[in-house]
Amino acid sequence: MRKGYLQIGILCLVLVLIDLVSASFGKTYYLTQLTMSLYYSLVVLGLVLLMGYAGQISLGHAGFFAIGGYTTAVLSTYNLMKYKDAAVVKMFSKAGLLNLREDLYGAEILSFHPWVGIVLSLAIAAAVAYIIGIPVLKLKGHYLAMATLGFGIIVYRIVLGTPLFGEADGVSDVPPFNILPGLSISGEMDERRINYYIASFFVVVMVYILINLINSRVGRALKAIHGAEDAAESAGVDTANYKLKVFILSAIVAALAGAFLTHFNGGIGPSEASVMKSVRYVAIVAAGGMASVWGGLTMAMLLNFLSLRGYFGSYDDAVFGAVLIVIMLFAPEGILRINPLKILRMSIKKS
Amino acid sequence: MALLTVEGLNMSFGGLRAVKDVSFTVAEGSIKALIGPNGAGKTTLFNLISGYLKPKSGVIVFDGREIQGMPPHQIASFGIARTFQHIRLFPGMTVLENVMVGLHTHTRSGFISGMLRLPASRREERFIREQAMEVLEMIGIEELANKEATSLAYGQQRIVELARALAQKPKLLLLDEPAAGLNIRETAAIGRFIEQIRDQGITVFIVEHDMSLVMEISDEVMVLSYGEKIAEDKPLAIQKNEEVIKVYLGEEEDVEN
Amino acid sequence: MPLVFCIIFDCIMNIELFFQYVAAGVTYGFIYAIVAIGFNIIYNTTGIINFAQGEFVMLGSMTAITLNAFMPLSLAIVLSVLITMLVGAVMEILFFRWLESPSVLRMIIITIGLSIIIREIALAIWGENVRALPYFTGNEVSSVSFAGVHISPQVLWVVGICSVMVVGLQVFFKYFRYGRQMRACAANREVARLCGINTKNMVTLSFVLSAGIGALAGCVVSPITYSQYNMGVPLAIKGFTVAILGGLGNSMAAVAGGLLLGILESFSVWVMPSAYKDAIAISIMLLILFFRPAGLFGRKEEFSLKEF
Repeated sequence: MRKGYLQIGILCLVLVLIDLVSASFGKTYYLTQLTMSLYYSLVVLGLVLLMGYAGQISLGHAGFFAIGGYTTAVLSTYNLMKYKDAAVVKMFSKAGLLNLREDLYGAEILSFHPWVGIVLSLAIAAAVAYIIGIPVLKLKGHYLAMATLGFGIIVYRIVLGTPLFGEADGVSDVPPFNILPGLSISGEMDERRINYYIASFFVVVMVYILINLINSRVGRALKAIHGAEDAAESAGVDTANYKLKVFILSAIVAALAGAFLTHFNGGIGPSEASVMKSVRYVAIVAAGGMASVWGGLTMAMLLNFLSLRGYFGSYDDAVFGAVLIVIMLFAPEGILRINPLKILRMSIKKS
Repeated sequence: MALLTVEGLNMSFGGLRAVKDVSFTVAEGSIKALIGPNGAGKTTLFNLISGYLKPKSGVIVFDGREIQGMPPHQIASFGIARTFQHIRLFPGMTVLENVMVGLHTHTRSGFISGMLRLPASRREERFIREQAMEVLEMIGIEELANKEATSLAYGQQRIVELARALAQKPKLLLLDEPAAGLNIRETAAIGRFIEQIRDQGITVFIVEHDMSLVMEISDEVMVLSYGEKIAEDKPLAIQKNEEVIKVYLGEEEDVEN
Repeated sequence: MPLVFCIIFDCIMNIELFFQYVAAGVTYGFIYAIVAIGFNIIYNTTGIINFAQGEFVMLGSMTAITLNAFMPLSLAIVLSVLITMLVGAVMEILFFRWLESPSVLRMIIITIGLSIIIREIALAIWGENVRALPYFTGNEVSSVSFAGVHISPQVLWVVGICSVMVVGLQVFFKYFRYGRQMRACAANREVARLCGINTKNMVTLSFVLSAGIGALAGCVVSPITYSQYNMGVPLAIKGFTVAILGGLGNSMAAVAGGLLLGILESFSVWVMPSAYKDAIAISIMLLILFFRPAGLFGRKEEFSLKEF
């Protein structure tokens, strides 16, 4: 069996086990936070490829998450009822892009179908990543970090300052997303388990894709770019093109996670676009060991779950700051690569 | 026949002219050496040919195609491979993987087929692995295949870098000081090896400080000083060229001062 | 274009308001310049962009505000500057001194982590309240008039103290032994070490210096701009914008860049919602990074020499 596929099997097993265990202990409410953690893990996995393999830091990926979430949130909640006689709206309606539903008070809401929202989320994220990626990815080191941070802040400022995006309140009352009859992305109690499995499915697929990619010609080229960019160029790797493609890929994945999580949560707020969120993703990737799919996934699930369950209390941000520092000082290879035996041996040697 | 023709090449950094109006050709199937004192513009010339720098003016024709100003990866795909003065291996990758990157231009599977592991990409992956292994066997370092490249001894790292360049199956190989940091025995071995490469039909253009190596293997030698070509001739004639001697002796005087 | 005419028209009608915008721009401009110089000092000796630079400004002003409850203003400021310098020193000694040739990525991440931790500690100590130091002379309504234009005396304090700092630093780097040693470090660390300069101490000194100037600048502007636990990140971004506007490492250009950005921002309120104010600095930063990474005042060759 190929390297990594066994682990994917184990991953599936673990995901099922988590569900069964939480069900048998009557703690299915954990699944809500687990589902959210799974979606956040998607962002982290995209960043593992971008930072760990291609070696390009991004302090703005919460921006792409927010682009995904807000696009679908606005499209699926913006009421077109007052324009229902406009030619454009009629055209959309004919094309089957619109969705008529009633809100809690029985008022009719005519808005875009979530499918439209999801597709547009991904398209917009990809387009934005493409446009800013071309100039940004020419930068290195601090300049790249600052430029991506700047991008993240601009997205944050826009969602915070624009009435269409609900300013400080964000967008709420986002309807469930019915993928298939009987299968919908929503936070409803009785949909909890199925949603956990949908999110798990995305993560498993993402891991599968990543492992394949890393062990392919493209993956080798990415590692080469990370290791010695000029030498990769001289070996014929179109480094600018590869960096851009990875950037776009990770942006699309972040937007996908953002869009689905928004339907799951029924809304999205500006904090999802904040700098701290971007830094948090980076912290998790670092804790997982940068170039480690499994490390990144483990840390993403663990830290996000603990954070969402409120274990870090008001020290939530501080915990992630501390994780960053401690990891970078003592274990730049990631927590999972710490080898106690080796450290022991080294300290013996030193003394 | 000339594989590489350079005409009226100029390059400057700020006010400093690093390469002044340099013209020369490299004949197909030959070994040409580029020598000159430190700061003569040798590495700059290499960087211009391989696309890392864009010339201020001048023409570089490789294999019938003007390549000046093109990006390095494109020039590499035309068949120019190079090594670096300071070894540039990919850390965290094995020797085999390093050499496999060298086959990049000869393969094509992209993101989608890599992500889904389509049959074409699997076939290609096997092909890359076999070819890379062949290169390692040809050089005689197949036992290093699974060692991490950057953990090897310095001399071995040079060989691995050379193997990566050879895996590109280049028409022209640019070697930037391949003997730097090697001992006499290793230098002699690398000299024999460069001759073997030439005998396989690969044209070699080499920057080197080790004069005995240069004189032994090259078919032709070109001398740069302060960015200007001051001589270009057969090795024996270069050794007797008065201007060349002046440049090198002058340098030694400077060192003594 | 008509928009521009409107603004010009507005200004002529409203010369008083115009100068008030200029004064606000200058105040912010100087704090950006000082943050930028702080970036430069650390960058020159270490090659690190210290993402926690804005936190020094926050720490300085918040500490002074707290101390001011127990002691006179001048003493509170002096003490808070000293405390912030100590924080800078501790930061360098604990987190950077013992690292052996860490990668740029690692350094970036560590300074980001530090900025988060400092901010969270500040939140725990001072809460989310917006605070301010009292005006150094007079109060918020007192003003000094110049040719019919009224300016708050605090603006003069800002201009005066920040100018003294900039000039003082220039003198320090030119004529004092430690200053010259730091410059030697910046030029070539290896050679500096071979010449017997303790480069590690110079790095600590650079953290102490940039913490000190940041803290002092934070105190001077606090009465006008107010202070809050989370003021550091925007300051860091703007300081960085100004630093690259002038070309990294160039302090005099940083002052010019700071004033330019401060005044631009201040006038931007005329044409767009103030919620987007931050976007100006960031857009300028991105534009410079994309098109003129050497800075408006920097030379391209210098930039290409710096390994990045």
